[in-house]
Amino acid sequence: MKKIHYENIVEQVAEICKKSNYNLGEDVYSAFKLALQTEQSEIGKEVISQLIENADIAKAEQVPMCQDTGTAVFIVEVGQDCHIVGGSLVDAINEGVKKGYGEGYLRNSIIYNPLNRKNTGDNTPAIVHIDLVEGDNITIHMTAKGGGAENMSDLKMLKPSDGIEGVKKYILSIVKEAGPNACPPLVVGIGIGGNFERCAYLAKKSLFRPLGVRHEDPVVAELEEELMSEINRLGIGPQGMGGNTTALDVKVEVESCHIAALPVAVNLNCHASRHQTITLT
Amino acid sequence: MPKKINLPLQETDLMALKAGDRVLLSGVVYTARDAAHKRMIEQKKEGIPFPIDLTNQVIYYVGPTPAKPGMVIGSAGPTTSGRMDLYTPRLLEAGLKGMIGKGYRSEEVKQAMIKHKAVYFGAVGGAAALIARSIKSSEVIAYEDLGTEAIRKLTIENFPVFVINDAHGGDVYQEGVAQYKS
Ligand code: SF4
Repeated sequence: MKKIHYENIVEQVAEICKKSNYNLGEDVYSAFKLALQTEQSEIGKEVISQLIENADIAKAEQVPMCQDTGTAVFIVEVGQDCHIVGGSLVDAINEGVKKGYGEGYLRNSIIYNPLNRKNTGDNTPAIVHIDLVEGDNITIHMTAKGGGAENMSDLKMLKPSDGIEGVKKYILSIVKEAGPNACPPLVVGIGIGGNFERCAYLAKKSLFRPLGVRHEDPVVAELEEELMSEINRLGIGPQGMGGNTTALDVKVEVESCHIAALPVAVNLNCHASRHQTITLT
Repeated sequence: MPKKINLPLQETDLMALKAGDRVLLSGVVYTARDAAHKRMIEQKKEGIPFPIDLTNQVIYYVGPTPAKPGMVIGSAGPTTSGRMDLYTPRLLEAGLKGMIGKGYRSEEVKQAMIKHKAVYFGAVGGAAALIARSIKSSEVIAYEDLGTEAIRKLTIENFPVFVINDAHGGDVYQEGVAQYKS
């Protein structure tokens, strides 16, 4: 049985925490470049130019692109045939976050208790979702999720009779309400189906898919395209000051659900869409 | 072309600003976010004066990342201003003339801005490494125990912002979106 060492997980997690905050992904960077061509508003263009320059500075100087270095969220695919030695997976991830955020001069934004609001001082605990999969590798997907966009996210249990039109209407209403607060241009992550908690997870998971990559199911892919063009007609634009670039991309994940249900979750992500993936073999 | 404005804000400069203007700010601003606002207002109620004289000053809503060795400040982009709305009218009454943040303000804040002649600037949310370059010095002057949320005095040079709400009721969030909606 393959052994994966605790220390190895700690080191690699620390590395991706820093990397995700310093180096904007090629997918987002290309989306900025494209938006600079297609954006109609002068203010909007200025915003996008600033974002491109910002990404260049962050990468060159190895500093965080945004001061909100986020909640560290992980989706970990654990091969059922591997063995983690030296400690638990979740402990290793938290230790990695603590190390990465500390060494990387990243901001600690996590508090112990939402009611008394005292900072934990090391950005832990991280949020860790574990998927048990076939094989003996561990693949770690990480995102540094900003608070501004997360705060404007929403979930609603629609009625089956609301249908696809009701789903679209609801999603557009959330993007509209978020306006400038979620730091557009956005990546809009949508979960449809599952149940209450699964639906929110699907929306989050959809944000891990790189920009520009459509869902493999052509029907879902078409829904993504439709939503993308409708969102971009809302006029919100870069930073909400008007324009035709409100979303850089829209991601949808769909899953089975109960006959009585139509859960929809909208997890907004800002343009600082920071995701990294590593595989431990 | 962006307008260049020196701080503290002079009434003539301030009244000439219009929603949607691009502005480069230079001078001194003070940082404060949720926890600092809460403490300022709570202490004021107990008769303890604000830790800074707010007359004609500008507050920047920011909680920077820790500075790397040799740097003045870490990355320092704006945070969502709406969380400060509850406290803002009191600060405007005390002479505050400008705020830098991102996102919507409440109706109460917008009305108080017209009444007290103040302006709300938006910096680009997420452009934190770029913005940090226009911050030339940073010094914690109050509430050090609040860490990233402490009140800092920043000297800025050509700090890039847009006018979101001007002192005459103009609002680029409303006007811009109406223009590009299709
Ligand atoms: S919403 Fe995103 S870009 Fe805006 S401040 Fe938060 S993390 Fe940064």
